[in-house]
Order: sequence, then C-alpha cells, then structure tokens
Amino acid sequence: MRDLRLLNNRYGDDRVFDGCSIFGVMDTSGGLIGADVPIRAIDLMRDRDNGLGGGFAAYGLYPEHEDSYAFHIMYSSRAGQRETEEYLGEWFTIAEAEPMDVDPSALPNTPAMYRYFASPKANELRGGDTEQYVSDRTMKINTSIGDSFVFSSGKNMGVFKGVGHPFDVARFFRLEQYSGYIWTAHGRFPTNTPGWWGGAHPFGLLDWTVVHNGEISSYGINQRFLEQYGYQCSLQTDTEVITYAVDLLVRRHGLPIEVAAKALAPPFWSDMDQLCADEREMVTALRLTYGGLLLNGPFTIIIARKGEMVGLTDRIRLRPLVVGTQGNKVLLSSEESAMRLVCPDLDETWIPVGGEPVVARLGQVPTGGETWEGAEVFAGAH
Amino acid sequence: MKSYLPSVYVVERDPNRCIQCKVCVNQCTFDANYFDEEEGVVKSHEENCVDCHRCVAFCPTNALTVRRNPLEYRTNANWRAEVIEDILKQAETGGMLLTGMGSDKPYPIYFDHLLLNASQVTNPSIDPLREPMELSTYLGRKPERVEFDASGRVKTPFAPQIKIETPIMFSAMSYGAVSLRVQQSLAQAAMELGTLWNTGEGGLHPSLAKYASNTIVQVATGRFGVHSEYLRAPQIIEIKIGQGAKPGIGGHLPGEKVTDDVSRTRMIPMGTDALSPAPHHDIYSIEDLRQLIYAIKEATGYTKPVSVKIAAVHNTAAIASGMVRAGADIIVIDGLRGATGAAPKAIRDNVGIPIELALASVDTRLRQEGIRNQASIVASGGIRSSGDVAKAIALGADAVNIGTAALIALGCHVCQQCHTGKCAWGICTSDPVLTKRINPELGAERLVNLVRGWSLEVKDILGGMGVNAIESLRGNRLHLRGVDLTDTEMDILGVRMAGS
Repeated sequence: MRDLRLLNNRYGDDRVFDGCSIFGVMDTSGGLIGADVPIRAIDLMRDRDNGLGGGFAAYGLYPEHEDSYAFHIMYSSRAGQRETEEYLGEWFTIAEAEPMDVDPSALPNTPAMYRYFASPKANELRGGDTEQYVSDRTMKINTSIGDSFVFSSGKNMGVFKGVGHPFDVARFFRLEQYSGYIWTAHGRFPTNTPGWWGGAHPFGLLDWTVVHNGEISSYGINQRFLEQYGYQCSLQTDTEVITYAVDLLVRRHGLPIEVAAKALAPPFWSDMDQLCADEREMVTALRLTYGGLLLNGPFTIIIARKGEMVGLTDRIRLRPLVVGTQGNKVLLSSEESAMRLVCPDLDETWIPVGGEPVVARLGQVPTGGETWEGAEVFAGAH
Repeated sequence: MKSYLPSVYVVERDPNRCIQCKVCVNQCTFDANYFDEEEGVVKSHEENCVDCHRCVAFCPTNALTVRRNPLEYRTNANWRAEVIEDILKQAETGGMLLTGMGSDKPYPIYFDHLLLNASQVTNPSIDPLREPMELSTYLGRKPERVEFDASGRVKTPFAPQIKIETPIMFSAMSYGAVSLRVQQSLAQAAMELGTLWNTGEGGLHPSLAKYASNTIVQVATGRFGVHSEYLRAPQIIEIKIGQGAKPGIGGHLPGEKVTDDVSRTRMIPMGTDALSPAPHHDIYSIEDLRQLIYAIKEATGYTKPVSVKIAAVHNTAAIASGMVRAGADIIVIDGLRGATGAAPKAIRDNVGIPIELALASVDTRLRQEGIRNQASIVASGGIRSSGDVAKAIALGADAVNIGTAALIALGCHVCQQCHTGKCAWGICTSDPVLTKRINPELGAERLVNLVRGWSLEVKDILGGMGVNAIESLRGNRLHLRGVDLTDTEMDILGVRMAGS
C-alpha cells in the first residue's frame, strides 16, 4: 500500500488547493538572516495551517557552490533514486552529491532527501540556453520519473518542505544550520488532499520560488495557456501554475517583474482612464496577449529569486498581505503579528493595493504607496 | 390536385369572447383567418395556419388559441406525421422542400448536458453589484509575446483589435432576408451595447452607414454589394464560406424580394433572383482563401481584422487550423442549429454538427498547434440564453453570435416560415406593408434589453465562480462538468463528469 503522503492529488481532483499562511523576509543589503526568523514568524500563524504542509526557501544558502545548480530532490523509493541519479549523471557533471542532514524523528513517514551540486554537461548543452536546459531536465524528472521530485534547482538557494507543521518541517531539515539573505515560508491548509511532500510550498523552478495563499479560479485556462508554451502542469497545483507563469513572463519573455505583475493582476478596464497613455498602451498590450495568464480568484503570493523578493495580491485583494520595513530589511506576511514578533521595531507597515506588486531588491527597499515608472523599470532590466 | 395534407394546427376561437373585430384577419399573413361576408363572422382556414401566434398576440379579447391538430396517424415510430406529410407535400408539388430557421430536430443539445461551477468556502464568490466584473473582449490576432523597448514602450506590432463591451454579437442577417427595419434595430442596438451587428451578404444600405463603428460586413459567394466604400466602412470584414443551417449550399433570394432598394444595396438589377453560389468561385482551396484574405487586407491597408465564417462540419478543427494559418484574424463557427432565411429542409436537418462539439474541437486543435492566440473564435448556431453564452466561452469561444434569439426578441415566434416571405411579425420579409410591423426604435430597445439582461447574468455567473474577468472563463473547461454524456462526448468537449 502506498503512503498517501507521498502521492499527489490522490482523488484526481481538478487540482489541489489550499488556504495558508505566508511569510517572507529579505535583507536588501545582502546580510544573512538566521532560520529562526522565518521559523518563529510562520509558527506564530499556526492557526492558518493544519499540519498538512510547511516549507521554506532560502537564498544565499550555498556561497561556496554559487556557480553550481543546487538540486534538492526527494525520493520515495530506491528505484526512483537510482533512475533519477542515472538521469542526472547523463546530463550533468555532479560536483557533489549527499543525503541532506535531516532529523527523521521530527516527522512520520519521511522520504529520502538528497542534495546535488551540478553543472550542465557542455557537450550536451551545445551552447544552448543553460537555464532552459536545467528547467527542461527538472520538468522531465518531475513528470516522467516516478518516486522522485525536485524541490528546487537554482543556484545558491534551496527549498525545504514537507508534510507537517512548518515548525516540524524545520526540525526535520535541521533548518537552524542555514542562513540566507532572503527567506520565504509557508504553512499549508489543504482542503482536498491529505497533503503531499512535493505539493507543499515553496514551489521552485530554477531559482524561482513561490509561496502562495489562495485558490486560482482561472486555473483551467492558465494551465491551458501555459501548455502552449511547453509547460506541463503535472502537479495540478495553483502554485505550480504561478511559478511557470512568472518563469514565462520574466525569464523567457524578459519582462521586469513589475510589468509581469500587470499581466498576472491587470488593472480594471474601468481604471484605465487614470493611467497615462504609455502605461495604458502597456497594460492593454499585456492583457490582450496574456489574458489567459490573468490569475483570477483570491491569492497572495511571494515570489523570490536571486536578489529579489516580490509580494502580490489579486486585483481585489481577497487574501491578506502586510508589508513591513526596518532599515534594510523588508518583511511580507499574511498577518502583521508575525512581523512584529521577529522585528518589533518596524519603521513602516502598510497594506498594499490589490494587484500592485511590492518589490524588494538588493539595494532597494519599497515604501508604502509608491508607484513605478515604466522607463525606470525597463532601464533596470536592460 | 386535391391535397391530402391535413391541417397541422387548429385555431380555436371562443365565441363568447370574439367581438368580430377582424384584427386576426388583418394580422394574419397566411390567409388562415378570414371574414365570412355572408355569415358576418370571422372564421379560419386552418390548413393555412403556421402557428406564428400573431393573431393570438393581437386579439383584444384573448379569444384565440392555436393548438396542434389532435388528428392522429396510426402509431408508428418510423412513419411519423412529419415524414408522411413531407412525402405528401413533395408528391403534390415536386421539387425540394424549403424551410426557414434552424433545424428543429432533436439532436443532442450539449449545452443542456453541461453544468457550470461556483465558489464555496475555499474561495469567495464575487458580487457583481459591489465589484467590477469585466466582459470587455478584444477580437483579433494576438501576438505570442509582448516586447518593450528600453523606455517601456510596446515594441511588438499588434494586428488590429476590435473591442466589444460584451461577448455577445448579432449574427449575419442580410438585407433582403430580413427587412431594413430589422437591420436598423440590430445596428442601433449594437451601437448602444458597444457590440457589433453583421450586414450578412446583402450589402450595407446607405442609411446604416452611420453605424459603421459597430458593423461587420460580409463578403460572401455572391459578392453582393461589395465595393470599396463597403470595405472601408466597417470594423471587421467577414468572408462567409458557409452557415450552419445549410453547409455547402448557396443562397437564393427570389426576384420578387429584390425591390428597388434591395437591388441598389446588392448592386444587382431589380427583380432578378439573387443567387449566391455554393462555393466562392475564386476559393477552391485553402491557398485561395489566403489570397482573398490578403486581397481584403491589402485593400484596407491592414487596418481591419478579417474574419472567416464556416459551418460546423466533420473536419472543422482541421479546417479552422488552415484558416488561421491562411491569415484569418477571427474564425466564426456556425453550428447545426444555426438558422437561415431559407434552406432546403433536407440540408437544414441532416448536415453539419452541433456547435458545442465543433467549438471544443477547434479550440483544442488550435491550442495543440500553438496557434490559438492567432485568431479569435466566435461561436454561433443555437445560443439561447446567458447560460449557453457562458458555456460556449468556457468551451473556448471569445464571443458568440446570436441570430434566432435576437429575432425572437423582435417578436419572432420561430414558426419556420422565413422562406415564404410572409413573416407575420414583419421580420423576414420585404413586403413594404409587413416590414412596418417592426419599429426600429422599439426593436432596438428590445434587443438592448435582451443583451443587457444576458450580460448581467453572465456577470453573475462569473462572480459566482469567483472570477471577475471574462478571460478567466474563456477556455476554462474546469468550470464545466458533464451530465448524461458518454466518455467520448466528454473527451471531445474536454470536460469531466459531474461529481468527479
């Protein structure tokens, strides 16, 4: 009999959805933050999860391997591990492979967790796009090799997640040994599945991670839209769809995240009159082209990648998000109490407008009520 | 020849109510009601009655009702009344049986086997009375991605896009098939609603030129009324290949309907039959279609989307893919239940496939080929309600066309006599006396009311699902579930069984 915690979507629902707590913290000066900060913050919001999923993502995790792709991979059978390792060996040069340092007593029925530092084989890459190469291979493992799931595949970052309260997931991974300049955290309240290790958040692809609270009612069309661009939504989770959407818009189509946010949560047509002509043109072009990616229904997400952490809610803010700043630190949270617990002396807190992204970057702290200029954003991206 | 055909309907006149006012006589265009001068009473030639309810609606004392003739043939599942009577009609007249409207045969109506979703607990439904609910739709070819220059300006060239405020448009109905007053009603309503009406293949009457910004003009096989100004005027130019009521068949507007005004609008001599050939005689292949599409684009300086309308037939998905690759910016698919002013009954009732299956397979195919963004899809032929609109959009349509429903709003009672030119409601006729039965101002008001009502209902449906933009329903088949369908049907529709 299979352990249901190791299976995704056992009832074959349209998709897996859940309510949640989310938290993110970034030191925009690049200073490292200990794991106790996200652990304490997410644990305070325990009544927003139900013990069926928790996880963390950290950036700046492996400075000694910063040029290698760090794979965090879960195995639920030896056969799956053998097959995946064979596959990895075929396409990557593995600098280091090791079982992760875990405490199996923290959680019941835990899978095997392995970490690999790997680089694409030059003769296989043949001058192609490295990130696409890694992304394709990651998708391949997740969709066609059984009993294996890649939690994260980016450089100098990693995802730690599982079925349990976030506090216990942190105990399992002995998270206190790590520190990073960005941490995101998630506590999960799934409503239609007993919870699956791979389905916990953060969801990662390359160095993108997403934590998400909400239910994307547009999932059906988002998924079909992404299929046209080669993304297979194998997990049937909203978070997977969001991650691929961001990957498509930002990595493949080269849009700054602020602009991508206007595709995911566009202004209402009725508010277009309040925009300047250039922005109206931009927003219209995005909506006409990426209408199938509009994320509709309640959501708050924290998207992170190297040097960047972004908070975004749906257009009418049906799920909570609070922002706090203190010096160089930026905090995003479902509830303000969690930020106050780990950072009692916040300089500023605010609730962002629905659909307006809050962007923290190395060297850039957002302020309440700020707007952005198209030209500035693009100048930064080019 | 003595006719063996029995009356299909019985006109019942309550003698206690009838005041012999002769309204029923004056309203009836089929000579079913008459005044017996000798007896001084109103009577009926019931064999002429078509059950159009015109007399019933106008009888001031509610004295009239029309029933199906209770006369029974000997019970026979094979040789039913309609079958017997069709044979009798042909034996007595020779030739093809003509009819109007869309097929009335009980083919499956898949819309009635699809159910929509709503939010409960895990996500909130959205109240359209409190929150914006967006139905605005842009028709036209979309790029695969958007690129911006360093100053944030859109660099990607966009094909022309036409915005409609609600995803409901009016189907093509030509001047000649319907009266000018009907077209005026449609055009006026389209303008008030921010949507589009369609000239059909009968040309654009000069008095309707002022509605250009809400007009689609058709270029059909007869090329009636096509001239440079006709192509310059509208928002969209539609190449009509076929229609759901009569796939593969041309059209025939009899000479008696080609009045002075119709002849000038169609650019043909007065009193001559207006024959639309079955095919375009310059389109015998997909590459020929491409040439016509680009000829029109060249003629209009690439400023207008070019739409191509086809009837839903067996290979619609493959044909649609070819049309998109041939340069169509919009494809219109007209299903089996789509209506017509006149068609051979044998064609209307036996050729084509239901719109739901055609639409689902076209949307799926275009997505499989990665070209769904290159054309908008408009579905028509059997859209009866806001529920059908929502289901068509969930199956993959960008918008729908309504024809029969629009005519019903104007008074049509679906008696299927469009081909006779005697429409008692003054809709499908060019008789100058009968056409006065439509007042374009009131007609427009009725149409606006209908489409506004449906749009509000679609907003309620969207809100109930927890989404606030029509894009989030379009092609979102997870919001549909099937009931009473086979696995194959659900597979083609791309939906799952209710409860799963």
